[in-house]
Amino acid sequence: MRELKRFDNRIGIWGWLGGGRWGVERYAYILHRLTGLAILFYLLMHIGVTSLRAKGIYLWAEGGFFHQPIFKFGEYLVFAAFAFHALNGLRLLLVELGFAIGKPFEPVYPYKTSLHVQRPLLISVMILTLIFLVLGAFSAQAE
Amino acid sequence: MNETKYWTWHMGAGAILLFLLGSHMLIMHIGGLVHWFSPYGGEAISVKNSLFRDSSLYFAVGYVLLLGIALYHGLCGLRTVLFELTLKPAVERAVTVFLWILGLGLCGLGTWAALAAHRTALLGAGG
Repeated sequence: MRELKRFDNRIGIWGWLGGGRWGVERYAYILHRLTGLAILFYLLMHIGVTSLRAKGIYLWAEGGFFHQPIFKFGEYLVFAAFAFHALNGLRLLLVELGFAIGKPFEPVYPYKTSLHVQRPLLISVMILTLIFLVLGAFSAQAE
Repeated sequence: MNETKYWTWHMGAGAILLFLLGSHMLIMHIGGLVHWFSPYGGEAISVKNSLFRDSSLYFAVGYVLLLGIALYHGLCGLRTVLFELTLKPAVERAVTVFLWILGLGLCGLGTWAALAAHRTALLGAGG
């Protein structure tokens, strides 16, 4: 089978970060990517640290190395990253499966954008994310 | 495994993670408000509450499932990000093999730890 022609990614890493003339969904995509990489980085460390409990070492509990305010704040950031990534991921899953993107219409000039059809889903997801961020902050205060 | 399968499993894993990791996050990070699965009160991450969860078979199995699915979803996402840099086919193969080895290794470590912690917690509860 003939191999697909490959093109250079001329913009490189800037191509991931620059939203260009795209809408707010594009910036949600960038944030989704950044939070995903941050959560993965945390997960790799988390597996190492929590595996120590098999030897009776609880570094995160009271008196442990990670039981300090700076790490508490870091944990909140992880929770915030997760809340955004999970809810935006749910939106992406719905869009991927064809939900909330409206019905197809004939492309007659002047062309209409379909972004406004998707926008309410993005706004709902961001409101839900904010609610979880506030709940997480209250919970951190209560502990 | 071809790219369509990688992507489909990535999405499927994401949907399962919504439930599994969502529950984990709610227990650990909203714990200060709801105190789910933290019968000893205080912080959800205290040693007593951790041992209580580790002694439950549901949690032990849940941790192993969460670990495997989260590693697949995360490392597959990283692979997608790296492949967008249009790497050479040989480099793509090397990245794929490296990520599989890393993922399986970490999954093995985490599974051993979850089962060992479960055994330890049960012995502690019995003794």
